[in-house]
Amino acid sequence: MTIFGWRIPLAASLAVWFLAWEAVGQAKLSMIVPPVSAVVVAGMELMPTQKFLSAAWITLTAFGTGLGLAIVVGIALGVLMARVPRVGDILGLWVNIFVSAPISALVPMLMAIVGIGQATVVVTVFLFAVFVIILDTEVGVRQASPSLLEMARSFGASRRQLYAKVLILAALPEILAGVRLGVIRGVKGVVIGQLLISIIGIGEMFELYSRNFLMEEFWALVILVFLFAFAVSESVAWLERRIEYYAGAR
Amino acid sequence: MDGKIIVDVKGVSKTYEGGVEALQDVHLAVPPGRLTTFLGPSGCGKTTLLKIIAGLIEPTAGDVLVKGRRISGPGPERAFVFQDFALLPWANVLRNVAFGLELRGMPVPERHAVARTYIAEVGLAGFEESYPSQLSGGMRQRVGLARALAVDADILLMDEPFSSVDEQTRRKFQEDLLALLGHQRKTVIFVTHSIEEAVYLSDRIVLLSRRPGKVSRVIESNIDRSGSPDDIRRDRNYLDAVDEIWRTLKAYLP
Amino acid sequence: MLVFGAWEIAGRIPISLAFPTFGETVAALLALIADGSLIKAYASTLQPLLIGIAVSAVVGVAAGVGMGLSRSLEWLALPIFIILQAAPLAAIIPLITYIYGIGLTAKSLAVILLATPVVVMNAYKGIRNTDPSLIAMGRSFLGTRTQQILKIMIPHARGLIFAGLRLGLAMGFVGVVVAELLITPTGIGDLITYHGSVANYAEMYASIVSIVALAAVTIGALERVERRLFRATGAAA
Ligand SMILES: Nc1ncnc2c1ncn2[C@@H]1O[C@H](COP(=O)(O)OP(=O)(O)OP(=O)(O)O)[C@@H](O)[C@H]1O
Ligand SMILES: [Mg+2]
Repeated sequence: MTIFGWRIPLAASLAVWFLAWEAVGQAKLSMIVPPVSAVVVAGMELMPTQKFLSAAWITLTAFGTGLGLAIVVGIALGVLMARVPRVGDILGLWVNIFVSAPISALVPMLMAIVGIGQATVVVTVFLFAVFVIILDTEVGVRQASPSLLEMARSFGASRRQLYAKVLILAALPEILAGVRLGVIRGVKGVVIGQLLISIIGIGEMFELYSRNFLMEEFWALVILVFLFAFAVSESVAWLERRIEYYAGAR
Repeated sequence: MDGKIIVDVKGVSKTYEGGVEALQDVHLAVPPGRLTTFLGPSGCGKTTLLKIIAGLIEPTAGDVLVKGRRISGPGPERAFVFQDFALLPWANVLRNVAFGLELRGMPVPERHAVARTYIAEVGLAGFEESYPSQLSGGMRQRVGLARALAVDADILLMDEPFSSVDEQTRRKFQEDLLALLGHQRKTVIFVTHSIEEAVYLSDRIVLLSRRPGKVSRVIESNIDRSGSPDDIRRDRNYLDAVDEIWRTLKAYLP
Repeated sequence: MLVFGAWEIAGRIPISLAFPTFGETVAALLALIADGSLIKAYASTLQPLLIGIAVSAVVGVAAGVGMGLSRSLEWLALPIFIILQAAPLAAIIPLITYIYGIGLTAKSLAVILLATPVVVMNAYKGIRNTDPSLIAMGRSFLGTRTQQILKIMIPHARGLIFAGLRLGLAMGFVGVVVAELLITPTGIGDLITYHGSVANYAEMYASIVSIVALAAVTIGALERVERRLFRATGAAA
């Protein structure tokens, strides 16, 4: 937007929202909206506490492990489905079902099988993230231009080289798009998983704060979690932009 | 108003935001009822000039007069044929051709009747119900042409209409366009970067220099157009004009 | 088929006490339908889902179209929705349930909360990314601003808006399930929790399968409708 010929950056509007929030909070219009300044103070106090640090650590490990597994398994299965038609036929339907199904409904089942603890959260993150990675990888590999493959073969590429030097790289833009969506879903997965289990990590703190109406701490935690989600998805988006130069020219 | 000038470009300059100077002090008079081509190297500002005449872009300086009146935007006496066709992908050929009339609020039966006439005129009869995605590039451009003809403007502005069409289609299209204009009495301004196309289609060729674009020469050729297309392409005057333009344009090459 | 077979075998081994066979699960599903509990649960689950989606559709499409048309609205709202789209909004569901109780309102709000961002963003992108050449075409044929919006921008955005509603519905399923699993002792979420807590694993699995299948079938059908409506004319996003 421009005002008096000056371009105002997009993100600056967030400041407007925070000001509005502060005003609503100061006016004490609603019990659930404390002033944003109080929220920031609460956040500053919250961050160095042992409770927050250990909750953050548990959450990050669950997120990292589940997402790492999802990326490895997702890319492998995606490539397999694109290259081996029988595998694609059998799994395609299921991937399509689960990519848009409410995975959160599976959490109680996981709790029954895997137990009520960290492992269930890891599996939840994995299930949230893996299907979209499979799907996008498969699309990317399928779209890899046949003439690129013929070129590699004509220069005598081995199977290994074909996969490592041509197929994966040709599909990289789609794979990264899938990973970015997977990361976003993974963050949702870790939060939902912990909320439903409700005895570990950030999820437990959300429960605790909303049950006791500790709104300043609650919103501080929300902002921290949202910032984290935004930061990780933006870093994958940054990677995507770095390879954009060839994504358009395939 | 001088009866022999329909479009008068007076001292037009255009500098884009960001400082690209596309046109510098362009003066040009276009006579009515003829086909004038703009020819020049890529990026010299041909599209910019044509869109300024269409009223789609504001010049930074200077004026454009159409039939003696200063323009301030698009008008009903001018119709544009777009390089990338600009067809509505969700509308069939009939609705696309009638779209200019639809925007003017003409009732459905009338505008469809007009559209059918021009669809037949450009050789697309039978494709009224097809969607753009089902047509070839050449057919899509015929839809764009029919749409421009349907609003019955005096002036047709065509921006490289054949550039994304294969050579055979292109030649056929050029012949059809000449035949069509033979009985339509329109003023046409036609942008191209093909020397042969410019000389084949028109006897008035405006050469633009490299950026910032200026009118460097106006070449009038006297080609006998009474013969067959192949006769025209073997005509002495045709070959001379192609040669002369090539010599002029070579001077601009880096 | 192969997958169901593998499930049956895994259930017989058994890999876990809490892992019924495929056959048992199907039997439990039929029993749940027969005694009416499944139908009762869905009555209480689908109502907030539909209300929530309807609200998200109206509000979200209006907001997205507005952002696509007005630069100042875009400036104001775009950063918020970019963040909300990536954010785990489910974190706010506990708060909603503590404030609005366990009834229809809380569940509908959970659906709205999760579904709206993607509806807004899709409508916004559809309007904002209208082919500039089509806009120039409309102007050159003397179209007014209203005609530009109604005859060029909105038709261009239709495909993306529909896709946004489909994705919103998928998020809405998540929202209503999470809300029900968290607190609310009603609906399909309650059926899952209850049978889990009394170790009726076959019934629990049957309930889970039913909601996953319902979501998959609905969204798959919408996807097919979408392809039929928008892909045939090349207008798909
Ligand atoms: N919207 C714009 N903003 C900034 N610069 C522009 C814009 N449109 C065109 N230009 C620049 O102005 C110059 C003239 O562009 P124009 O499209 O008129 O050239 P052209 O002669 O039609 O070229 P071509 O033969 O490739 O179609 C080019 O250098 C181009 O990069
Ligand atoms: Mg051009």
